[in-house]
Amino acid sequence: MSRLTIETRAVDAAGHERLSALAGARLAALPPEQCPVDLTVSLTRLYLSESCGKCTPCRVGLAQCAAIMDRILAGEGKPADVDVLRKTAQVVYDSADCAIGFEAGRTLLAALDSFAGDFASHVEDDFCTRTVSAFAPCRATCPAHIDIPGYLACVRAGRDVDALRVIRNDNPLPTVCGYVCEHPCEINCRRALVDSSVNICGIKRYAADNAPAYDPPACAPATGKRVSIVGGGPAGLSAAYYLALMGHDVTVYDQREKLGGMVRYGIPDYRLPQDKLDADVDFVLRTGVKVVSGCAVGTDVPFSEVSSGSDAVYLSIGAHLDKKLGCEGEDAAGVMSAVTFLRAAGAGAPVDLAGKRVCVVGGGNVAMDCTRTARRLGAASVECVYRRRIADMTALPEEIEEAQAEGCQITQLEAPVRIEADAAGRVVALITQPQIIGAVGRGGRPAPRAASVSEHRIACDVVIVAIGQAIDVAAFEGAVKTEWGCIVANEDGSISQTPGLFAGGDAVSGPSTVIKAIAAGKVAAANIDVALGFSHDVHDEVDVPPAHFPLGPTGRVELRCVPFAQAATTFDLAKLGMSAEEAFQETSRCLRCDHHGFGATCRKEELAW
Amino acid sequence: MVELIIDDVTVSVEEGATLLQAARAAGAEIPTLCYFEGLNEIGACRVCVVEVEGEDRLSAACNTAARPGMRVRTDTERVREARMAALQLILSQHDLNCAYCTRDGTCRLQKLLLAYDLIERDELFDMVTEAPSPYAKQLVRGKRSQWKAQAPIQRRTNLCVKCGRCVAACKRLEGIGVWDFVGSGAASNVGVRNGSYMKAEGCVACGQCITHCPTGALSERDDIQLLRDAIADPDVTTVAQIAPATRTSWGVGLGAEEGALPVERMAAALKKLGVDYVFDTSFSADLTIMEEATELLHVLAERAPDENGVVWPMFTSCCPAWVTHVKNAHPDVLDRLSTAKSPMMMFGAVAKTWFAQKRGLDPARVFSVALMPCTAKKTEVKLPMAANEGVFDMDASLTTRELQRLIRDAGVDVAALEDVPLDDPLGSYTGAGVIFGTTGGVMEAALRSAHCFVTGSVPADPEGFAFSPAGAGRPWKEASFDLAGTRVRCAVASGLANAGKLLDAIRAGEAAYEFVEVMACPSGCAGGGGQPIDGTDRELGLERGQVLRGIDRTVTSLRYSHENPVIKVLYEEFLGDPCGERAHQLLHVDHRAKG
Repeated sequence: MSRLTIETRAVDAAGHERLSALAGARLAALPPEQCPVDLTVSLTRLYLSESCGKCTPCRVGLAQCAAIMDRILAGEGKPADVDVLRKTAQVVYDSADCAIGFEAGRTLLAALDSFAGDFASHVEDDFCTRTVSAFAPCRATCPAHIDIPGYLACVRAGRDVDALRVIRNDNPLPTVCGYVCEHPCEINCRRALVDSSVNICGIKRYAADNAPAYDPPACAPATGKRVSIVGGGPAGLSAAYYLALMGHDVTVYDQREKLGGMVRYGIPDYRLPQDKLDADVDFVLRTGVKVVSGCAVGTDVPFSEVSSGSDAVYLSIGAHLDKKLGCEGEDAAGVMSAVTFLRAAGAGAPVDLAGKRVCVVGGGNVAMDCTRTARRLGAASVECVYRRRIADMTALPEEIEEAQAEGCQITQLEAPVRIEADAAGRVVALITQPQIIGAVGRGGRPAPRAASVSEHRIACDVVIVAIGQAIDVAAFEGAVKTEWGCIVANEDGSISQTPGLFAGGDAVSGPSTVIKAIAAGKVAAANIDVALGFSHDVHDEVDVPPAHFPLGPTGRVELRCVPFAQAATTFDLAKLGMSAEEAFQETSRCLRCDHHGFGATCRKEELAW
Repeated sequence: MVELIIDDVTVSVEEGATLLQAARAAGAEIPTLCYFEGLNEIGACRVCVVEVEGEDRLSAACNTAARPGMRVRTDTERVREARMAALQLILSQHDLNCAYCTRDGTCRLQKLLLAYDLIERDELFDMVTEAPSPYAKQLVRGKRSQWKAQAPIQRRTNLCVKCGRCVAACKRLEGIGVWDFVGSGAASNVGVRNGSYMKAEGCVACGQCITHCPTGALSERDDIQLLRDAIADPDVTTVAQIAPATRTSWGVGLGAEEGALPVERMAAALKKLGVDYVFDTSFSADLTIMEEATELLHVLAERAPDENGVVWPMFTSCCPAWVTHVKNAHPDVLDRLSTAKSPMMMFGAVAKTWFAQKRGLDPARVFSVALMPCTAKKTEVKLPMAANEGVFDMDASLTTRELQRLIRDAGVDVAALEDVPLDDPLGSYTGAGVIFGTTGGVMEAALRSAHCFVTGSVPADPEGFAFSPAGAGRPWKEASFDLAGTRVRCAVASGLANAGKLLDAIRAGEAAYEFVEVMACPSGCAGGGGQPIDGTDRELGLERGQVLRGIDRTVTSLRYSHENPVIKVLYEEFLGDPCGERAHQLLHVDHRAKG
């Protein structure tokens, strides 16, 4: 008999891999409305099934925890059960021998901490506070709650205009979102249970690219109410669009020459061409919205003048101030903020980087925008420096990969210490302290700390600081309160101390995504309408095609990139849209959760807001 | 040496010592359940957890290495809670029924549960009851909880704490691995490897899994009723034989201060229970020596290499677990086993022939029972080797533990009994027969007589057969003797894992012997799988074996098997010559015969 044999993969090993892949997909797409107690008992059983059974706390402890939670779910729980559960979970964490056990204990403790109210409600009242959303998961997760299955079905039927009409019921900027949305709708896409989420964002772009021009719906009869909107970014434009459709007299003030805010002055053209943004802005303006551009409220016109002439005011001023590194040499010539740098490029007067060595500091999407823009502006070299690991960057992975592919250096684990300047005060180098990645902190991300090696000197001519933006509220002090640098507004967008004043977008949330700003604008519009004494329904009824039979397991269509060498030299679009064939297939993957499953309980009249 | 601080006490321990060992050196008491020193150190039960300063979680003391400068606490509230919870959790899956359990009083789990006030003993009714527990009972039902009733080893799933000691004992002491951790997750359990049957997985019924089990999950098949029925039947004569090793420990838990009570006391107890004749297996051990020593001399004269060039020694055959193991795992050794029956079986053959004829008894109406330190004997009594057509030579073999239960259940006060001499004629024995019950004893007894047979003289010192101690690489003892010019190289191994290593060495030509003794249990029959368990989690075979050595030295005047007067008469009257035709027919066995 041989001492050793080559092990071939057993058939059941493949079975295990398949099951864990399917389960992993399910967990990743977990519906957020799930009862946490039910979820926790299920996870406990899952973890127990992973146990080898050697040790008591894991083998018996998890089984007993599951039994207790079963009792609680059956309505037979006692308040003491939760204490026993916590104590047992603590013992499993404390004394299990390996990670299968102690991590299961940690999960249980986390569940008990995070969902104490749910456990209490089940124990005390035998009642689950959770209700499943009647929306499809994509729609439920989209901040603007767009009827995604509806517009996907329209695209599938070749009705691209209807697709845009469906989208504009909740989001007046479909083109912008088709290009730059972070698409949270895809996170919980139920299609992930079958293979992978539907490329919703790509389909939206297809619709926006291919639909012929059409007119906005007719506005409601004029109400005679004046609404002023300060800031023409996505939040302001969204509010303006719906308020105009409601028949109000809307004026948008913007400090820049053109509308669009950060979308225009922060997002580079290779991601969102100017003409695409113009199309969405024009559509909004065709509802009769008036624009006062190049006018900074507070500087060019007093805020009091704007507010006194309006029945309501919406502050959507965005987050346009720079955040500083706060290190020595930051005032040297050649150091600039990401906002300044991108704004110049967006305004058509980019910084001349020809032959320059550029360092970008930061790890978010803005840092990637700066990095790739610098590359396109002819920099001799571009190096993005980040103090954590690449894996910890908040930028979308595809942005990072594409930046690298375009020839930019992404340097991880280097923390800027100071900027070195020459006698003339010009940047000559960025000095960094190498970091080592360390323990995972409270936020769940591993924290870096200084490594025991000497500083690095990165020779460069330009340093672009992309470590976040702040909000400039100086002009509105007195009218609004701020906390953590953001305007404090209620959930409905109103400002408590100033009736008729609303605020939203990055100015309230802090720098965030386009779709969240759009959602804020929509919320503000609805509540301003109510505050003005109306309840307009601006829903543009579209006859959505009936549910189709979805495709069986099928690969997800991904957008193609322009060859990187070519893309890196121009501001032309870096990504190509779907073909009609691809769009049809991708929309056919949609499971129509608006029709199947709990979506069937959603009545049509509930779709309008 | 490693210096560390345990509960504020600074201790210095050997490199590689565990926290448990260090704590004991520091005088800190740490409870253990799954731990068995040197055998099972897997940290499964988590009852021995302690707090190590600087560590976020608790550590199992039994398998965490002591490191310099460690600060350990064995007595914090967190530690106590974790231990308490581990015990409560185990109890939640334990079918607590101490009053009906064979391990009441020697159960490790019971001891811990009592110490932590999780169970309570009602002294009046001798009942053990559970304290209120936060956990619901989770007992296993269905096929997993069932067991083959006729197997010599019995298992009760709902008493198992999954400590893995049986797994370790079978794998590491016996080199077999019948038991294994089976299933996973909530269904994980201890069971027969591959979900198979014990016999199919090579079980030799040695019972080491039972003696290493901390609870009553494993036990021998209870054959007590067979003896009760025989005693109750007025037409049946019950003949009992007492194995040497049983006398080393049978008093444990019977009210005697020491486990080692004289065999004459056991005779008194058995007589009180209604047994008609009480004899000693040491007698037939002497008989075995007559046959085996003679056989050895024949073998020495005819030795030749086998087809692989290996010159095999003669192996002893008195351990049924070893014989079974040879049949299962070492077929090349089968023809090298002595053909002599074990003393128990020789006794059975003689009792239902010579003795029955002497007393005018119908062999079919004689119930022959053996009281053995052994569980494998339960299998051996059913092997096909009957002297009388259609009548088994032996009818039952009870373990020392069954004997204790029999005595306890009958309410016999052992301490108050007067010793009773063993019956004639099969109660006659020599010291050589008695040391059969300890490792090396068979070998030594055989050499004593063989020396006399060859030289015609008695050796100056009957204990002069000194063996070199076992080593780590060679876990068996060996010695070389000169039998009137013939070199006899001997080896003694206990534990079938050690025996396996010995066989490998012989096969590889790294070792060569003329005569080898193998016992399946550690330190031989005194450490047998049927012996009393005292709940102290120690190997007891060696110290119990010393009792037999003491009897050989001080109790009996006869120390050579061939000097046993009854043996002489038996050959003269009945058997003829050792290894002669009659002797061969009655006292030898064909190991290849199928039952």
